Amino acid sequence: MTKKKNRSMIQRRLIPTYIFLIICSFISVFPLYWMIAAATNSSLNVARGSIAFGNQLMVNFANLKNAVQGTLWSSMGNSFLYSIVQTVVTLFVCSIAGYGFELYHDKGKDRLFGILLLAMMVPAVATMVPLYGLVSKAKLLNTVWAFILPGISTPFMIMMFRQNSRNFPPDIMEAARIDGLSEWKIFFKMYVPVQKSIYAAAAVITFMNAWNAYMWPKVVMSDNRAQTMPMFIANISSGYTVDYGMTMLGVLFCSLPTMIVFFILQKQFAEGITGSVK
Amino acid sequence: MYIHGKWLAHFPFLKERVDIVEKKKKGMTLAKKQLAAGWLFLTPATILIFIMSFYPIIQAFITSFKTGKGINIKFADPLTYNYSRMLQDVIFKTSMKNTFLYLIVEVPIMLIFAILLAQLLNNKDLKFKGLFRTCIFLPCATSLVSYSLIFKSMFATQGLINSILLKIGIISENINFLGTASTARAIIIIALIWRWTGYNMVFYLAGLQNIEYSVYEAAKIDGANGWKTFWYITVPLLKPTIVMTAIMSINGTLQLFDESVNLTSGGPANQTITMSHYIYNQAFGQGVGNFGYTSAMSFIVFIMVAILAFINLKVGDTRD
Repeated sequence: MTKKKNRSMIQRRLIPTYIFLIICSFISVFPLYWMIAAATNSSLNVARGSIAFGNQLMVNFANLKNAVQGTLWSSMGNSFLYSIVQTVVTLFVCSIAGYGFELYHDKGKDRLFGILLLAMMVPAVATMVPLYGLVSKAKLLNTVWAFILPGISTPFMIMMFRQNSRNFPPDIMEAARIDGLSEWKIFFKMYVPVQKSIYAAAAVITFMNAWNAYMWPKVVMSDNRAQTMPMFIANISSGYTVDYGMTMLGVLFCSLPTMIVFFILQKQFAEGITGSVK
Repeated sequence: MYIHGKWLAHFPFLKERVDIVEKKKKGMTLAKKQLAAGWLFLTPATILIFIMSFYPIIQAFITSFKTGKGINIKFADPLTYNYSRMLQDVIFKTSMKNTFLYLIVEVPIMLIFAILLAQLLNNKDLKFKGLFRTCIFLPCATSLVSYSLIFKSMFATQGLINSILLKIGIISENINFLGTASTARAIIIIALIWRWTGYNMVFYLAGLQNIEYSVYEAAKIDGANGWKTFWYITVPLLKPTIVMTAIMSINGTLQLFDESVNLTSGGPANQTITMSHYIYNQAFGQGVGNFGYTSAMSFIVFIMVAILAFINLKVGDTRD
C-alpha cells in the first residue's frame, strides 16, 4: 500500500517534467507533421495557415513531376545510386583501414594515423575549389565518382572502425594464420561477421550523410540529369513565387528514405553518431 | 638442403642450429607477408585522404596568393593582395559577423537544452521514455535542405506562423520575417536549435549511461535536490562529452551553408549570409569565379577549424 502511494507520489512530482517533455516533443514533431499536411494542401491553403490534411495531394504530385524539367524520378534515382555506392565504398575502405591501424599497429602506422587525423582540420569549403579543378580535369563532373570521391575516406569513419576493432582478439588471428588463412580471409571470414553491428551503424550514418549532402553536389553536379534530391527540392523552391504544397511534397519525398532508415535503424543511427566517442 | 644434409652427416650437432635458422627464415617471410597486408589495408584510405584533403588544402593556400580568372590566374602583386582585400570586403565581414553570431547564440542554448533533456530522460521513474526520445531525436532524420525549406515556408510572409500570430491577435498585420535582417537571423538560429538539439542529446544520453545510478541515489540520500545533482554530478561527469559536442557544434556552425542558402538565400541584401555561402557565391556564382580570392577566404575558415580540431585532439588525448 505504501509502496503504491510512494510510486504515485513520484509520478506526481514528475508532472512538470512530463509537461516540459511533451512540449519539446511537440515542437520537434510539429514541423514534420506540418510538412506532410502541407503536401496535401493547395499553396493558397498552406499560406492561409491550414494545418489539417487537404485533398490536393494528386495535384501537387502532378506539379512536382513536371518541375525542373521533370527530373523528380531521376533525382530520386541519382540520390539512391550515389548514396548506396558511397556507403558500400566508404564502409570497405574505412573498415580495412581501421582494422589495419588497430590490429597491425606499429610505430610507423601509429604515426601515419596521427597524420591522417589532421584531415579533420580541413573544412569542406576550403577544398571545394581545388577539388572542383581536380574532378573537372579528370573529366568526372556529373558522375557518381565526382559525388563520392571526397567523402570516401574520413578520419571519423576510420577512427570509428579502429576503436571498435579493439575487442577483436589478436590471438584468434594468430590461430587462423596457423590454420593457413590468408590475411584477407581473416578479415572477411572472421572480422566482418563479428563486427556486423558496427557496420550497420557506419552504414546508416554514411547513407544519411550522403543522401543529405548539398554543397559538394551543387558544385560538381551542374547537369539537371545528374542532380540529387536535395538539389531538386532546392531548385523547385528558389523561384520568385513558390508553390508551397508542391514544395512540401518534394521535401517529403526527400525526407522519406532517411525517415524510414531512422525509424527502422534508430539504435544503429544513435550508435553511428556517437560512434568513435567511446 | 642437399648440402646441409651432407654437412650435417659429418657434424650432427649442427642440425639444431640449422633448424632454428630455417624456422627463422620461414617466420620472417610470414611476418613480412603480415606487414605487407597491414600496409595494404591502410593504403586506399591513406591515398584518398592525401589526394582529397591534404593536396587541395595546400593548393588552396598557394592559390590564395594568386589573382585573375580562368587561365589568366597569376601571382598577385603584392602577394597578400587577396588577404588585404578581405579586410575591405564589407560582405565578407558581415558573413563573419553572422557566422559568429549564430555560433555564440545558438551553441550554448542548444547544448543546455540537450543536456537538460538528456538528464530528464535519464530518470528511472519516467514513463514513455522511448517515445519522448524518438520525438526529440526525429528532426535529425531530415536533411539540412529539407528542414531549411520547411522553416522557410512556415515563416513566410504568407505562412503558418504569421496566420497563427494574426489569429491570436499578437500582431495586426503580416510580418516579413525573412525579409528583415534581425528576424531572419533569429529564424536561422531557431531552425538550427530545432535540428541539432536531439542530435547532441544522444551524446549526453550515451555519456549519462556511464554514470552509475548509485551516485544519484547517494546524492539523494545526502539531500541534494534536482538542480544540485545536475550541477554538481551530471555536469562535471559529462565534461568530456560537453567539450566534444561544443567543439563539434562550433565546427559545424563555422561551416554553415545549407541553411543560409535555402532558408534566407543569404538575404535580405546579404545580411544573413554565412562565410561558406559567400565563398561559394564568389567561386561558383554567376559571372564571378575568382578562385584566388575565394581560396584566401576559405583559408581563413581553415585556420579557425584547424584551431578547433587541434583543441579537440588535445582534449581527446587527456580523456583516455
